[in-house]
Amino acid sequence: MKRNFRIIFLVLFLAACSQPPTKNLLLVSTTSTQDSGLLDVLLPAFEEQSGYTVQLVATGSGQALEMGREGNADVILLHSPAAEEKFMDEGYGIDRRLVMHNDFVVVGPPNDPAALRTAPTLDSAFERIFSNAVTFVSRGDDSGTHVKELELWKNANLDPTGQPWYIETGQGQGVTLSVASEKEGYALTDRGTFLAYRPNVNLEIVFEGDPFLKNIYHVLTVNPEKFPQVNAEGAKAFSDFITSPEGQEIIRTFGMEQYGEPLFFPDAEN
Amino acid sequence: MLEIFEITTLSLQVSGLATLISLLIGLPFGTWLALGDFRGRSILLSIVNTGMALPPVVVGLVVAMMLWRSGPLGDLRLIYTPWAIIIAQTVISAPVVAGLTAAALEALDPRLKQQLLGLGASRMQMIWHLWREARLPLLAALMAGFGSVISEVGASMMVGGNIKGQTRVLTTAIVLETSKGEFENALALSALLLVLTYLINLALTWIQQKAKR
Repeated sequence: MKRNFRIIFLVLFLAACSQPPTKNLLLVSTTSTQDSGLLDVLLPAFEEQSGYTVQLVATGSGQALEMGREGNADVILLHSPAAEEKFMDEGYGIDRRLVMHNDFVVVGPPNDPAALRTAPTLDSAFERIFSNAVTFVSRGDDSGTHVKELELWKNANLDPTGQPWYIETGQGQGVTLSVASEKEGYALTDRGTFLAYRPNVNLEIVFEGDPFLKNIYHVLTVNPEKFPQVNAEGAKAFSDFITSPEGQEIIRTFGMEQYGEPLFFPDAEN
Repeated sequence: MLEIFEITTLSLQVSGLATLISLLIGLPFGTWLALGDFRGRSILLSIVNTGMALPPVVVGLVVAMMLWRSGPLGDLRLIYTPWAIIIAQTVISAPVVAGLTAAALEALDPRLKQQLLGLGASRMQMIWHLWREARLPLLAALMAGFGSVISEVGASMMVGGNIKGQTRVLTTAIVLETSKGEFENALALSALLLVLTYLINLALTWIQQKAKR
């Protein structure tokens, strides 16, 4: 009996050794790309073309880069340019490429108590929220959207921290929209997630279109020199695909059918 | 630092209150289940026992749908408040307390009940004596009820919203710190949660063991 076990163990061991090089690719992405449904279309197309199996972890940008720093990712897709540049400078990443953009919008209750619809500038929109002390729901999770929101307050020379009307959920965009809807508050969101959640929340876009509200996505590979386990080949295949004419076309047409407008705009140069 | 204190206090208040309400519901209900003699008793008992394994996310989802403004209890405006968490946690821990109470009383010698009634005890006096007799497993039921809610995260996240300074409790704060990539903070909060749970169980165990003598 004991011998049998040894043989079984040996066979399993040899089988494990003889496995072809791994075809799994660990992609860490922001929740916004997953919540919008883009990856549900993009990943199967990539898997079919390349033969890789993508393991997707969707998380806030803060954790995404932290996972890269721990070597727990092969390729990262996110929209936190400043944090990404720091990540690159520290030598954790290689091969960062521009992929696409979408934009942020300010959403709020349909009756728009702080009259953001008539705000002339982005700064004045945030001033109106501040001076009217109306509920504002923040992500509060170090995500790309949260970082952007903090920049917007800073640009308007306002500090909402500690104000009773300033609510931090520390959760994803979907939950944050739901909280804003229930509390009849305003929130900053990427357009894609908002369009996907619009049927379920009582919110409308009350401010949009400022160039500063652009939300830029890059893809980057975790440096295989730091972490030898990183599947650099797979990461390159993914980066190539998402910036290829085929990948860019998927991005350009995504959402047209369901929402009547595109959610993302392709930016890759080739 | 102040924030950690706030979060910890809220965790203890919310889960403590939920456990207390569970006790007020679960102790009488479990006693009724154990001592009652009626049709469908075993079906009810099996439902309560299933309730002991209710997944917190399922409870969170159902309670959230009730409390949303579009839901039947939406006018109460309880969603994303501590009360919403207390409601959800009560739903989680009440079956635990009820189920273990029933089990504790059923484990007693059935002749004890006859004896007490034979000695002329009223029904209330009889139940009181049975509770005293089963105090050790009953305290264990209380600990299990508290343990099931202080450690759950799914329901607190869904109905509380993890709002800073309002509904952020220890478990949801741990999830947040993890999602921010602040693994040290997450580990520190985890340690705090474990130490607190240990201290509370230590106190209850001490009471339990003292009661043994």
